[in-house]
Amino acid sequence: MTVLHPTSPAEVQEAVRAHSRVRARGGGSKPALSTPTEDQTVLEMRGLSGVLEYDPGEYVLVARAGTPLAEVEQLLAQHGQYLPFDPPLVEQGATLGGTVAAGLSGPMRQRYGGVRDFILGVQFVDGTGQLVRAGGKVVKNAAGFDLPKLMVGSLGRLGLLTELAFKVFPYPKATATLRVAFPKLEAALEALYRLAGSPIELYALDLEPPATLTLRLGGLPEALPARLERLTAFVGRAGDLLQGEAETQYWRDLNRLELGAGYLVKVALTARRIPTLEQALGSTPRRYMSAGHLLYLAWNHELAQLDTLLRSQNLSGLVLRGHTARPQIGIDLEQVFGQRVTAALDPQGRFSLALPQ
Amino acid sequence: MMLLDELGQFFPPGRLLHRPGELAPYESDALTAFRARPLAVVLPESHEEVVAAVRWCARHRIPYVARGSGTSLSGGSLPIDGGLLIGLNRMNKLLRLDPQERIAVVEPGFINLQVSNAAAPHGLYYAPDPSSQPVSTIGGNLAFNSGGAHCLKYGMTSNHVLAARVVLPDGETVVLGGESLENTGPDWLGLFVGSEGLLGIATEITLRLLPKPETYHTVLAAYDSLEKAGDAVAAVVASGLLPGAMEIMDSLAIEAAEAAVKAGYPREARALLIVELEGETPQVEAEARYLDEVIRRSGAYEVRVAQSAEERLKIWKGRKAAFSAVGRLSPDYIVQDGVVPRSRLGQALAEIERLSARYGLRVANVFHAGDGNLHPLILYNGRVAGEFERAEELAGEILRLCVALGGSITGEHGVGMEKKAYMPEMFSEADLAAMRRIRLALDPLELSNRGKMFPGGEAPALHQAGPHPLERAGVISRE
Repeated sequence: MTVLHPTSPAEVQEAVRAHSRVRARGGGSKPALSTPTEDQTVLEMRGLSGVLEYDPGEYVLVARAGTPLAEVEQLLAQHGQYLPFDPPLVEQGATLGGTVAAGLSGPMRQRYGGVRDFILGVQFVDGTGQLVRAGGKVVKNAAGFDLPKLMVGSLGRLGLLTELAFKVFPYPKATATLRVAFPKLEAALEALYRLAGSPIELYALDLEPPATLTLRLGGLPEALPARLERLTAFVGRAGDLLQGEAETQYWRDLNRLELGAGYLVKVALTARRIPTLEQALGSTPRRYMSAGHLLYLAWNHELAQLDTLLRSQNLSGLVLRGHTARPQIGIDLEQVFGQRVTAALDPQGRFSLALPQ
Repeated sequence: MMLLDELGQFFPPGRLLHRPGELAPYESDALTAFRARPLAVVLPESHEEVVAAVRWCARHRIPYVARGSGTSLSGGSLPIDGGLLIGLNRMNKLLRLDPQERIAVVEPGFINLQVSNAAAPHGLYYAPDPSSQPVSTIGGNLAFNSGGAHCLKYGMTSNHVLAARVVLPDGETVVLGGESLENTGPDWLGLFVGSEGLLGIATEITLRLLPKPETYHTVLAAYDSLEKAGDAVAAVVASGLLPGAMEIMDSLAIEAAEAAVKAGYPREARALLIVELEGETPQVEAEARYLDEVIRRSGAYEVRVAQSAEERLKIWKGRKAAFSAVGRLSPDYIVQDGVVPRSRLGQALAEIERLSARYGLRVANVFHAGDGNLHPLILYNGRVAGEFERAEELAGEILRLCVALGGSITGEHGVGMEKKAYMPEMFSEADLAAMRRIRLALDPLELSNRGKMFPGGEAPALHQAGPHPLERAGVISRE
């Protein structure tokens, strides 16, 4: 197995042209996606690092794909800003490129959207070794095909990311978290739906089994007490209030996604699937985020069992940690549109995840 | 006519149009400078009929254009000479509204504003609000990734489409996306939205609905210079506020809007800024205090805060009418929608003013200041020899200026026919080649909306006309 350490887009191009099977690795925080097969050449992308453009007044940040999230977040925080899609695994060394390629967002995606909603521009090396740029560096742009969005969740299958541009937002000046335990799942789900359809603007709307809603508010400090009161009244139950450093630390810990032993899996879903999943998942450590649109779970059994469960619910999942040759589980999302686009960007299958047939 | 007979097997006479008189209304869209006559127009009423039309095109290698209400300002729905026009206005049903899951499933001919109307009883709305929203269709909005006044905070159409059932150029059907806001695997839907009809036709579209904000705080500020208004926007952003909308109008636009709808704007102002906060009441009330302070310090000589829903609507009415109103100042105009980084707005406007003087053509400016999306309206008289060409040239210079300042040639109108020649200003040969490979992989014969977005290709029939008939009737406006 060859490992290369490109430090420029040109070196990535060179590597792609010279090797028939290539896989990119960033921070290695999602080993199920970055562990190479025998015949793959690994491109360690951390040499393509650094913020290239950032003017806080523009709400735009441009950086090399191998830049660690921690570096980006630190820079943004100095100017009171953040990545609103709240990417996970910051402390474990996740990079911008790996986050986009895996398509990962965190609990705060609830407020303004996920990684697909904040990516503005992309530069990547396609399967023919061409360096391609698409999108732009302004917050609004409708020119050309939206390849930046296409790259979200692409798992390195369509191109190797070298540079990314994101929209960023001001971070709320104050935050507070309310944890409300319900007697039963039904009651928690009822409250979840009511909250999601209300004008109450939550930064996070998580469901922790068996029946606790974790709600994060953000905004101006002087308005928070009144909003917390209204939130409690709306939910109709008292909750535990987290504030200050304890609150920050609570979400920072959660960002590590250290839910439990076994495979770490992301599942895309809607809240409608939760009752059935809850019956099937038993003691599996898990957390539903963003009003039931995103589930992270730790699976400590045969992966095939989870695959079957997801299929039965018409859901798809992505394994992030734990060894597997096939990280995409659940229903098969392959269709002819995807096959043709893949063939257009990687005609020789250089980035194919599976071994050639 | 053998060809049309075959098409007649799928479409009854009333929905297969081919006589010159029947075709005339379809010859151009809202970019009236271009005109072309299709071979025929079909008006499908179902997914299966769209498939039949597309398969007929594939079989006979006839290029086609799908079209909704024809409000494209970039000529995106301009027909192809001798091609088929697939009019989707009859596929206009709301298929499903699920207030609990906050989604609406619609056919492509469903009108943008009607989504919000249908959702309103449940306290929900559809966020993308292009000014064409009373007539433009969701299918067209999807194809061109339409924007509106709220894009900085809420994104564009692509951020609000969850899934689409798509007829590919070979007649095959695929479903892209799903009901979840999350996804695993590549974002195929993300690629499809905004692909300007080059990759297929959406026949069923799942939209995401948002809860309506509880409270609005709408401020109108008048300035004696455009620069001060621009600086005010920068100051709002620097204060850490994230308004739902920030809009600026210059004196020419103010004059026109006043003449048209009497919004009560200060007529002598050189620039007007509209800033709108929205959200939970306690939060908006607290933000408003900061905003009012920022505006007070920004050198505004008059500030008004909407005290009621009526006053708010009146402020917006002038803004939304500004475009069609500018049409009153001039027999013809071209509108561009280039984007610049917000910090370059002042520079861009000064340069546009200079260009306007150099070309001897008036330019009115109404723009989405929050996201740097300009809308210069270049006024000209098509009857004066050479004026149209000069206006086109000036428009081109403005696009180049936007790219040079680090922006984009289009924020929301799309490339279509109008801006395809400027794609190489923004993208390299390799960039365009990659996009072209994707196009060819899905449509090797380049049948679907042939001649759009990519530079080159067959020249359309140039034709200088006045406003679109719908625009003349005040139904649509150019924004």
